[in-house]
Amino acid sequence: MSDSLGAVSKFEQLPEQGSQLAGDDVVRTSSPAGRRPKRRPQRLIADRRKRIEIAVLSGPAIIMFVGFVIFPVVLAAYYGFFRWKGFGPPVDFVGLENYRVILTDPAFHDVLFHNGAIVVLSLVMQGPVAIILALLLNRKFRGRSIVRILIFVPYVISEVIVGTGWSLMLQTSGAVNDLLQSIGLGAFRADWLSNPSIAIWSLMIIISWKYIGFAVILFLAGLQSIPEELFEAASIDGASYWQIQRRITLPLLGPTIRIWAFLSIIGSLQLFDLVYIIWGQYIASTAGVSTMATYMVANGRTSSNYGYGNAVAVVIFFISLIVALIYQRFVLRRDTAGALTERKK
Amino acid sequence: MAVTTLSPAQANKARARLRARREWGSPAVYFISLVFIAACLGPVLYIVLGGFRDNSQITSSPAGFPNPWRIENYLNVLTGSTFWQEIGNSAIVGIATTAGVVALGLMVSFVLARYHFRGRGAMYSLFAAGLMFPITVAITPLYILIKDLGLTNSLGGVILPQIAFGLPTTVIILVPFLRAIPDEIEEAASIDGASRLGFFFRMVLPLSLPGVVTTGILAFIGSWNSYLLPLFILNDQSTFTLPLGVQAFASQYSVDTAKVLAFTSLSMIPALIFFALFQRRIVGGLTGAVKG
Repeated sequence: MSDSLGAVSKFEQLPEQGSQLAGDDVVRTSSPAGRRPKRRPQRLIADRRKRIEIAVLSGPAIIMFVGFVIFPVVLAAYYGFFRWKGFGPPVDFVGLENYRVILTDPAFHDVLFHNGAIVVLSLVMQGPVAIILALLLNRKFRGRSIVRILIFVPYVISEVIVGTGWSLMLQTSGAVNDLLQSIGLGAFRADWLSNPSIAIWSLMIIISWKYIGFAVILFLAGLQSIPEELFEAASIDGASYWQIQRRITLPLLGPTIRIWAFLSIIGSLQLFDLVYIIWGQYIASTAGVSTMATYMVANGRTSSNYGYGNAVAVVIFFISLIVALIYQRFVLRRDTAGALTERKK
Repeated sequence: MAVTTLSPAQANKARARLRARREWGSPAVYFISLVFIAACLGPVLYIVLGGFRDNSQITSSPAGFPNPWRIENYLNVLTGSTFWQEIGNSAIVGIATTAGVVALGLMVSFVLARYHFRGRGAMYSLFAAGLMFPITVAITPLYILIKDLGLTNSLGGVILPQIAFGLPTTVIILVPFLRAIPDEIEEAASIDGASRLGFFFRMVLPLSLPGVVTTGILAFIGSWNSYLLPLFILNDQSTFTLPLGVQAFASQYSVDTAKVLAFTSLSMIPALIFFALFQRRIVGGLTGAVKG
């Protein structure tokens, strides 16, 4: 479905560009072209009418978006220069002091390291498994549609439920240790949540469990856009199943994989809910799973240092932005124009 | 080598054999699928089954099955008022967010897709760049803004920002949908005397319904599961949405594991039903959004 849409919208752009050449401000199709030059007053009326329509239709969305998305982000940048407790106007201007404290705080270095580890481990742990699963599920077999629905279940359940359930299972006297004991692997029982050398792996398992279904679904959609004839031609030419996957499927799946990786990286950098729910605001740092976002909440809102919290938000934003721009510049560029480079196509 | 000498008829036979084999798939495919599904559903089943046990069962054998089955936990949650109130709050927030996102998003996408005016590209970029502003970054000033508007502890304080943050995805999904409506239809409508707005309501709305439904579902699920924003805005228990409620319940009854599990599994059900009803559209929408 989405393929045909993409094709149609690409096709659409050609006539559009043509009409833009003819005149940017002209009402394009609503009046037959031949009448246009003669009736000038009517055209002006139509023009004004068009402007009113544009304003009325796009105004509410722009107001909401600027008011509740852009404005708070700008405010964050402004408050970040103050020492401010959140009451009254900020007066205690401290310049870049907040940023100096953030960048020299060992606790922030820790969260940077944790976020970096989560980014890399998410890609390494989910990517290959998801690709293999997608390849398997792309083969025709009975019950395939049910499998496809069920693997998506963890993704639909809210982070709070996932966090609550897993934290109960992973307690020292919880179900996971009990299960290990009963199948004779008692030696592997562990303190999954508070042992600092294990906790990050527990977190990675939970993250993989929650989000791998999303990756599989994306890859399946990518696989379905590869023409069946390619596989048939290759198999008639004597290529084995794995040869086909390696030489044809994987290269053609490249764009999908790269977009999934982008989404995964950004999500990993912004990770908050699962850590905050499972480890709480204070234990997260001692267990070695605190992220930039939990650092922001713990040192900002929870300790009423709103100026500082905003400065952390700005740092998170710039780190995400830089990573996103680098990724778009060097990795996504060869696929399609991404969201940020939309105008340059 | 043998393959190169195949006659067309033999090739057809080979193809047919290939098809026949695919019909059932190899045992390995089933085995891996089963293992994977078990891994996906295991924790979910743990939560659901745990709710049917009592605390002494859970303490003595954390990973065991209910024996005997007890439904008191579920009945307790279902007969109390907290659960229903939180479902109600989540439903109000979800429906209002969805309505707002779809209405505003469809209007602005229509402008972006079918009007030509200076600044259109900039407008599209503005919304597209919104994908780079996750709610995490803006949450602290957003909280202050909502506080200044006097909307803390009211559902409106969650709904308005959620509509705003839902717009970028909606615009990015809907604009290609609306562009794909052939110009001929618009021309025909205008020859028949329909204004641009008449065209919007009579032709665009029905034709773009699949895209609209997809964005609506995404907005609803996002709202239903959202945690960070309600955490900041809603402090009064009577305004809690379901995710906050689950967390509050889990810390309030932290010794009563069985009850927590029952509450958690009940709060899973609405999202699962919703997903079961609309899973085709959700999956289509997600993949469309990424490839769009």
